[in-house]
Amino acid sequence: MNKWFKSGKPWIWLTAGSVSVSLIAVVGLVLMIGWRGLSFFWPSAIHEMSIEQADGSTRTLIGEIYESESVPTSRVSDAGTIMDGYEGEKVTRYLMKIGNREYVPLDFAWVLGPAIRADETPAGLAVIERTKDGNFYGYPVAIEQQGERVATQGNLREELFQRMERAVELNEKAMALQEGEIGAINYELTQLNLQRRGLELSGSLTEEAINDIEQRREQLQSQYLEYEKELFALRDKAGRDSLIMRDMRGEEIKVPMYQVLDVNFPNDMGFFAKLGHFFQQIGKFVSEPPREANTEGGVFPAIFGTVFMVLLMSIIVAPFGVIAAVYLHEYAGKNAVTKLIRIAVINLAGVPSIVYGVFGLGFFVYMVGGSLDQIFYPEALPNPTFGTPGVLWSAVTLAILTLPVVIVATEEGLSRIPPTLREGSLSLGATKWETIWRIVLPMASPAIMTGLILAVARAAGEVAPLMLVGVVKSAPMLPVDGNFPYFHLDRKFMHLGFHIYDVGFQSPNVEAARPLVYATSFLLITIIVGLNLTAIGVRNHLREKYRSLEH
Amino acid sequence: MASLSAQQLAANRGRLFKDRAARYGVTLGGIMVLVALLLIFFYLLYVVQPIFESVSLKEEQSFSLPNSDDVEALGMEEQAEIGYRLMKSGKFEFFALADKSIVKRKAGDIIDSKEVVSDDKITSFASTLPVNKQYAYGLNDGTAMVVQPKFKVSFAEDPQTGALERTITPRVEVLNNGEPLVVDESGQALEKLAYESDGDTMMFAAVQGGNNLLITKYAAEENFMTGETTLKPVFHKVTLNGTIDDLIVTPDLRQVMARRGNRIHVFDVGISGQVTERELMLVNAREQGNATGLYLLAGASSILVTHDTGLVTQWFQVATDEGRQYQYIRSFDAGSPVKDIEVEYYRRTFYTVSENGQLGIFYTTSEADLYRGNPLETGVEHVMVDPRANYLIMQSGNRFSVFDIKNEHPEVTWSAMWQEVWYEGYPEPDYTWQSTSGSDDFESKYSLVPIAFGTIKAAAYAMLFAVPIGLAAAVYTAYFMSPSVRKYVKPTVEIMEALPTVILGFLAGLWLAPIIERYLPGLIAVLLLVPAAIILTAFLWSRLPSHIRNTVTDGRAALLLIPVVLLVGWFSFGLSPWVEEVLFDGNVRGYLTNELGITFDQRNSLVVGIAMGFAVIPTIFSIAEDAVFSVPKHLSNGSLALGATPWQTLTKVVLLTASPGIFSAVMMGLGRAVGETMIVLMATGNTPIMDWNIFEGMRTLSANIAVEMPESEVGSSHYRILFLAAFVLFIFTFFFNTIAEFVRQRLRDKYSSM
Repeated sequence: MNKWFKSGKPWIWLTAGSVSVSLIAVVGLVLMIGWRGLSFFWPSAIHEMSIEQADGSTRTLIGEIYESESVPTSRVSDAGTIMDGYEGEKVTRYLMKIGNREYVPLDFAWVLGPAIRADETPAGLAVIERTKDGNFYGYPVAIEQQGERVATQGNLREELFQRMERAVELNEKAMALQEGEIGAINYELTQLNLQRRGLELSGSLTEEAINDIEQRREQLQSQYLEYEKELFALRDKAGRDSLIMRDMRGEEIKVPMYQVLDVNFPNDMGFFAKLGHFFQQIGKFVSEPPREANTEGGVFPAIFGTVFMVLLMSIIVAPFGVIAAVYLHEYAGKNAVTKLIRIAVINLAGVPSIVYGVFGLGFFVYMVGGSLDQIFYPEALPNPTFGTPGVLWSAVTLAILTLPVVIVATEEGLSRIPPTLREGSLSLGATKWETIWRIVLPMASPAIMTGLILAVARAAGEVAPLMLVGVVKSAPMLPVDGNFPYFHLDRKFMHLGFHIYDVGFQSPNVEAARPLVYATSFLLITIIVGLNLTAIGVRNHLREKYRSLEH
Repeated sequence: MASLSAQQLAANRGRLFKDRAARYGVTLGGIMVLVALLLIFFYLLYVVQPIFESVSLKEEQSFSLPNSDDVEALGMEEQAEIGYRLMKSGKFEFFALADKSIVKRKAGDIIDSKEVVSDDKITSFASTLPVNKQYAYGLNDGTAMVVQPKFKVSFAEDPQTGALERTITPRVEVLNNGEPLVVDESGQALEKLAYESDGDTMMFAAVQGGNNLLITKYAAEENFMTGETTLKPVFHKVTLNGTIDDLIVTPDLRQVMARRGNRIHVFDVGISGQVTERELMLVNAREQGNATGLYLLAGASSILVTHDTGLVTQWFQVATDEGRQYQYIRSFDAGSPVKDIEVEYYRRTFYTVSENGQLGIFYTTSEADLYRGNPLETGVEHVMVDPRANYLIMQSGNRFSVFDIKNEHPEVTWSAMWQEVWYEGYPEPDYTWQSTSGSDDFESKYSLVPIAFGTIKAAAYAMLFAVPIGLAAAVYTAYFMSPSVRKYVKPTVEIMEALPTVILGFLAGLWLAPIIERYLPGLIAVLLLVPAAIILTAFLWSRLPSHIRNTVTDGRAALLLIPVVLLVGWFSFGLSPWVEEVLFDGNVRGYLTNELGITFDQRNSLVVGIAMGFAVIPTIFSIAEDAVFSVPKHLSNGSLALGATPWQTLTKVVLLTASPGIFSAVMMGLGRAVGETMIVLMATGNTPIMDWNIFEGMRTLSANIAVEMPESEVGSSHYRILFLAAFVLFIFTFFFNTIAEFVRQRLRDKYSSM
């Protein structure tokens, strides 16, 4: 034993153990987020439970089992008569999501295992996704059309789906109208105001110009009224039907059809139906805007904002990073300046991201943006145009932040290109620049790609600096839309990482939003790990390629 | 032929030009990186720098006004366009401070003048704190007249340019419809007067007959039949045994202070006007000199006492065993005896005028001696500051001068940020960070110590967790692990570095923190049992028959240990409720708080340590692994050939050679831990406390910036201090990164020579 200790084996195994711990941590983390994130989309059974209450009476609960935990019996001993006669050392507690937010005080309820007298999953139970107040659980009873019941038990489901589709379609039309045509008119009206103010400032606001603007305004206003009429008509149509539901209290409740987004009977689904529903839900998650203060719905604007910002950043960072890397590897002599630049690169990589945020806010937003406003947008003042956090400044700030990533990756790629290739090119009479432009850079392009991918991955996950330079919890207008000039770089945007922080920590209903946070996290991790793996793959491929070239 | 070569030459010239242009362009691009870093550095410095600037005074206007030896008090309105003076003879005069063409006003023009009281009746004078802007004349019949300047702002079009111009019209209002208010029921002359008002209610304190203190409170009463308001007085009289030298009334109308030589009597005044003596403050005449005057500071929590030695002392109420009592806090040296003090409207700055005509500017909390000197050639007699503290008027004889004063950040000094400061109302000097509050006269507390401490605390716990695991994993991966496994393990751990910290923070705050709270004994069991189980497994493995043993060599031990660690971890957490039941009576939290007196927050340093540790592990792992792996093989082979065991070779040869690289890995890790924002923001309560307790949270520099930056006003002290925090972070990480890089560079040179 003593000898075995002296041989150092136990210490070797201990170091091995720390590798295991690290591996478990990484893989466990990813798996857990994946599991929690994805299980959110899987339709879970709706239970109808009869629960004994502390005073001996029973009540019915309808909802999903959200979470369960086992606690020592002693901790729940104050639960009253329910626990009488219960012998076990531990007791299971269930957290039920009972929805129907406007009819119950809390849409979540804790249930003790022994208090459950009956537990069923009847096929007739439906879960309704609504635009307001979250999910509704209950039995569909009938459909009303303008106050008259038109469908009851027999053809209920068919009618229900048919009419729901109709309402959803009308809603979508109304939404498209509101965001498309009406949004465009509003935008133009704002632009007209700015134009007028601009003319006023430059002193060329003549009667003629005023008339022109007023005429245009009236025209827009009359257009607006027309669209508004159309919109109201659509809404009226959508409000025709409503669904009568029986909830867990046994009361009949009217759910207007225009609030219904989807109706499902999860207890009545087979495996494949559930699978279909699962993918459908994922699709909705990535393509729909959030609802109810971000605690429900999808994350489309956040995905869009992240992608747009990251693309903008790539456009800025790529040339600078590549030029700096080319300088360092091809041109720089062994002198003090080169050393300083290398130290600068290392330090840019090591400076905390929040410092970039502070710098971006002070320098880009207030100083550069403020000056741009003075020069180009005096008509909008005192409302800032570029002198406020926005997507452009976020992209620029993150471009500096990710500059070292691109430089390091590109330089590595450049160093892998065999010098014989350069020498060959030079000896054939090409200038240095021609060698770099025609031979070196094309060969290094996968390395540049790797650098960019890594930079994008880093930028997609960075939140702290964005909180200062442009991200918001809810941006009603995307930075790209159909109004000229189409790209609105001054707008604020939503970001997946910030969405996680905001929904997880600033949300009014953390419990309800948690699965959404896991799902968003999973999405973000998938993107980032995917990007990183791609980068690693490209890099490895590159290494192999040049290894063969060296012979 | 010749033309061809000429063409070639021309083409070559073009190519050479392009080549040279590219060289300059690329060099410029490379230098841009350096420029970017320097830009960040200098921009942060540029924003921070004004808080360390000293006060500067610049004369803007100078004019003379007649009868200026008659001046009792000076004042200024908010835009610093119009000043006013109250004369000892009872006259109220408005004068222009700046030229204004639209109303044909020149600096020094008297705009309006009104005699509010006749000269022969005046016996005393009082003014409120500058914020309330009211003045009272005490008269010889026991009454007082209260006057208040009012300013009306209107906009008129400039006939020349057509632009809208602001004009301010002043007028003076005598309160109580121009009627004097009775202070002394017996109708005797008021020898000294103090006055304050809080809107409806007014309070006078007056001296009559040398030692009689009269306290008279007027409350507005509304007649509910007619809706008229009348002022109802409550009179009170206290006789002190000695002549009263000075009087002040606090603006909340709850206290009256009377100075009698070196004794200051403090009286409490009840809501309905009853007076009780609260305490007696004694000035330490031997150390500070005899008291000569008594003043209130803005916010009215502190009083200032002037002394004949030229000192000014600050006193405020501090909680003691006998309730809140006034206590001597600190002193300021004005050089020569101070004859008058003016205080600012909102900040704790005060201006002294000395016997020798010197002006002094001080800030109490930061103990800052901002300015001392004589801006006018002749001695200063009166000084007044405008509500925004941008202008000063000074009077010397008949000459009035308007000074532009640059004193943006008097509350920030190096010592106020890094040393203990005694804030108003605090029992003792302390390090406090409290940047914002609802009220106007709130005093911001900008001590960077608690948040710098929080940063170090968070980083320390993270390193405590990350360094052992990160380094051990790096050593094993680089030195023992078989290459086929290493190929997968290294990228997997490095992927961890790419995980967004916001996800780690979210998991730490919402998933890990509740688990640790519930299974604290389990976590501690994991820390003890996992290493023990690993050693046990190793031992058992070494006892196994060799044909089984050889299937998993040391190079694959990490894989073998994964199920072991998982199992032990699961076991430890399963054990947790039982341990809790047996050892801690079923409630560890309660045990910690009640028995050990340790505060337990759900989001605490332990959570941060683990979560941030995981963020730092890949950084340390990656660099240290590279360092160990690139130790030349002939060194370790030589050692092994000489009969050393692998472990001996590792500790005596490989680690020693790679130690600079390992050092640089730890430095890089530390740099990352110090600057990490999201994890700390989400996994702690962000309270700026100073305590090493692992079960309490902290607030770090970076989280502080993230929380407060969006709501700080651009250009304010708060904004600049947050920039300073960023600058500190920048310098800190710059330092660590540069050291790490130098060490790594030298290591690389060393290896290449081996």
